[in-house]
Amino acid sequence: MQDVLIIGGGPAGLAAALSAKEAGIDRLLILERDVELGGILNQCIHNGFGLHTFQEELTGPEYAARYVQKVKEAGIPYMLQTIVIDISGQDNGEKLVTAMNREKGLFTVSAKAVILAMGCRERPRGALNIPGFRPAGIYSAGTAQRFVNMEGRMPGKEVVILGSGDIGLIMARRMTLEGAAVKAVAELMPYSGGLKRNIAQCLDDFGIPLKLSHTVVDISGKERVTGVTLAQVDENRRPIPGTEEYIPCDTLLLSCGLIPENELSTGLGVELNPATSGPVVNESLETSVPGVFACGNVLHVHDLVDYVSEEAAAAGAFAAAYVQDKSLQEPKERREIKLAAKNGVRYTVPSSVRPDLMEEDQLVRFRVGDVFKDVYVTVYFDGVPVISQKKRVMAPGEMEQLRLKKEKIQEFPELGRITFTIEKENKVTAGTQKRAERGMA
Amino acid sequence: MICINCPLGCMLTVSRGEDGTVSVTGNTCPRGEAYGRTELTDPRRTVTSTVRVKGRKDCAVSVKTASPIPKGKIMECMKALKETEANPPVAVGDVVLENVAGTGVAVVATRNVG
Repeated sequence: MQDVLIIGGGPAGLAAALSAKEAGIDRLLILERDVELGGILNQCIHNGFGLHTFQEELTGPEYAARYVQKVKEAGIPYMLQTIVIDISGQDNGEKLVTAMNREKGLFTVSAKAVILAMGCRERPRGALNIPGFRPAGIYSAGTAQRFVNMEGRMPGKEVVILGSGDIGLIMARRMTLEGAAVKAVAELMPYSGGLKRNIAQCLDDFGIPLKLSHTVVDISGKERVTGVTLAQVDENRRPIPGTEEYIPCDTLLLSCGLIPENELSTGLGVELNPATSGPVVNESLETSVPGVFACGNVLHVHDLVDYVSEEAAAAGAFAAAYVQDKSLQEPKERREIKLAAKNGVRYTVPSSVRPDLMEEDQLVRFRVGDVFKDVYVTVYFDGVPVISQKKRVMAPGEMEQLRLKKEKIQEFPELGRITFTIEKENKVTAGTQKRAERGMA
Repeated sequence: MICINCPLGCMLTVSRGEDGTVSVTGNTCPRGEAYGRTELTDPRRTVTSTVRVKGRKDCAVSVKTASPIPKGKIMECMKALKETEANPPVAVGDVVLENVAGTGVAVVATRNVG
């Protein structure tokens, strides 16, 4: 019997466990399926991690090592090479987690609170509908990263990369440094989903062409990839006939998006948000199943591990509070205000706030669906524009954040919905002016 | 060149006058100017890679240059790392190679290998 059980020993699971422990939870356990703690950071050997958390630039394994050391120093128990296969609810409100490893075989652990920290997976070829043969030599970029960085093996010599997310860009540089010829990075969208810094330092430094509005329309080769055909796409992302270009290569890497891994969550009946493929959570990062919390990439895909650590620490503290404060475990009607995303905003995390339980300054993270310049992030309380924040540039690849003041929410006792939108003008001052003209302000 | 300091991505024009003075235009903040100046006069990069571990199969230890090295030395640095083997056990921060490619910068491990 555990108070808090953490599923996943990556950056989210580690930070969540540490914060639960700091909050006074001693009966806790991390379950990790890999042979070591640290999760995906262990294969992200490039630098750029930790600027917010540690005020210095670390590589992935270094960032992970700091958290692993803290977890060990805190004496937090963990089990490696242990895979969770099911989570179910029990009549007494506790959760029953079924897991398996080589030593114990199949076993169950019950817990008062569960923190979901399983991370995400790469979108595979099967989900991309690329025509052509199915030869060897097609890898997701993360798989190639694991081969090169952890096992010291090269997946190929002549490479084309589809997708310009950060992993694809990082692997373009990595494969080049290890002696491969990276012939092109093709991106379906008219803009890259990766950071500017990665485009400059991973592609431009090595003269690797970035082909925007291009996709792979054919893969050649029966046993092994012998080449791919790229074509330009129109504004509806459809290939334009006549623009095909054949590029000989032996390897195709796919960096086409990450999807939170929520099979366990859905098995338990946790409600998912279709925009993130992660759980719908309230201000306490608690899912639709009471006592089950979510953080990190299983909740929504992050760009920076620093924010994962921050979010996970919050989840750990909320899970601890749930265990320690009996009133939180009892079903109780509390006022809940829905957060909605509209007009350019794709989603918000959390999806709702309960004013009784929210912090003075509630952090809301969100993403936009397109590239925007000189716009205002506008927050409406029901129909009234309340917050307007100017942004010079916003892009789908950059997670945004904004803080909601509890004080402000309490000024609207009938408030039912808070809507996040992108507007061309500052609606808050415009509204104030209008009211002033009408002699109301 | 495109400034990398923030998502704005200003298009910088960096030029060197006849008297050797460097001027940056197109930037919208001081960080952009500093970036443009350094990129023209002394571009540097932290190189991250892996080296083999002596006596271990299918095992690489991740490493980085302890500080950024001149951009032009990257491939020479990689060549030196190919010929380097780390002696286990390795801890984060252990020097794997001194003065890589004559840069005066050491290569250090970024991962523990027991």
